[in-house]
Amino acid sequence: MNPILFAAQRITAFALAFAVVVHLGTVLYAVRGGLTAADVLARTHGNVGFALFYGLFVIAVAIHAPIGLRNILREWSGLHGRTPDLALALFALTLLVLGFRAVFAVYTS
Amino acid sequence: MTATLNVEVWRGTERGQFQSFAIPRREHQTVLDVVSEIQRQHDATLSYRFACRVGMCGSCAMVVNGRPRWTCRTRVNEVIGGSESLRIEPLRNFKIVRDLAVEMTQFFDKWKQARGFFEPGPNPENDFAVVPPQTGERQAADEGIECIGCGVCYSACDVVAWDNDYLGPAALNRAWTLVNDVRDRGQAARLDAISGNDGCQACHTHMSCTKFCPKAIAPTFSIAGLKRAVVRRALRGGP
Amino acid sequence: MLHRLSGIALAIFLPLHFLALATALNGANALDSFLALTRQPLVKFAEAGIVVALAIHFTLGLRVLAIEFLGFREKTLTALSICTTAVFAVGFVFLLNLGWSG
Repeated sequence: MNPILFAAQRITAFALAFAVVVHLGTVLYAVRGGLTAADVLARTHGNVGFALFYGLFVIAVAIHAPIGLRNILREWSGLHGRTPDLALALFALTLLVLGFRAVFAVYTS
Repeated sequence: MTATLNVEVWRGTERGQFQSFAIPRREHQTVLDVVSEIQRQHDATLSYRFACRVGMCGSCAMVVNGRPRWTCRTRVNEVIGGSESLRIEPLRNFKIVRDLAVEMTQFFDKWKQARGFFEPGPNPENDFAVVPPQTGERQAADEGIECIGCGVCYSACDVVAWDNDYLGPAALNRAWTLVNDVRDRGQAARLDAISGNDGCQACHTHMSCTKFCPKAIAPTFSIAGLKRAVVRRALRGGP
Repeated sequence: MLHRLSGIALAIFLPLHFLALATALNGANALDSFLALTRQPLVKFAEAGIVVALAIHFTLGLRVLAIEFLGFREKTLTALSICTTAVFAVGFVFLLNLGWSG
């Protein structure tokens, strides 16, 4: 792992620690009494603040998770060359695309 | 306390097998006593290392019942557990020379790779440097300075087991003591050396090194210091 | 090791979570029918597992950050006990919620 990846992973870790607490708190509060699509979408529809928060959340995760997985790949599969880097980039892209799509979905529906 | 001890000793190199011996149990015997007795009374072909036998040199380090330790400082009673048997192997993560003796070259090469040596610079001072022992840097250096290169931490480290190129806790701990040496002039090169792919970032803070170090050094915290130094430099736009 | 395994679990879960939310693209009804699936006991159990994995990863991550950047000197044992307690606390809360919403 080089210093930039390391710093990025640790900094996003701090950011995620905060975001996760907020997210869990919100979900646990909102879900009391049952969870329906209408409830969720009522809160998220057209809510810019919401979309911004979760957009940033997605970016932080897309940085944090792939770096950790790259380490695991390098250490447990013995592959040291470009393969783990490619896997990292691919997974980051997947998270970004799926994440933004989900944020968009609950914002517009 | 049973009358005899069942001892399994690794024989061979990476390919080999355990050989069993029955050794009389004695009240204060150490694992080194047991190994020596095997070699002198039972099988003269057993290879192992020791020197001072009083816990100062670190030569007798081996893995006893799964844990890396100094065998001269390990009483059989301490490690025997309920099984009443001993399993003795060479240190993990080293190439095996033979039986219980391991090849230390790579371990010390990594010290060099991590620039774990003092760099006086092109114009060393003529007089002695004054370094008050209470300064933060000197205290940080002193916490790790007692390392005698026994290899126990290297054996305990999971990351070395998973990535044989990882510099390892001892080399990085030594680098940290030099990062804190105010007389040293090779800091930039040293930070480069310990921040590559196999440098301090690879440490996952499992703390096995700290748990097993016989000199109570905590390489984990030295490595944490290196991580902070590296991140600080990266954020300031350094290399 | 727990930290690593819980991280893997989360990394597998997250894309699924994103896909689930994105079913709303097909309208609120689509999301509702998906949510109906989640009322099954097996799913609830898996969800609880994910929350526990998150609590583990989160608390052990805080431990790593504390040692690396706040210069914490806690020997692992104490830190682990605190982590474990926090883990169960969060899992418990979630399970309670699961019970209520049925």
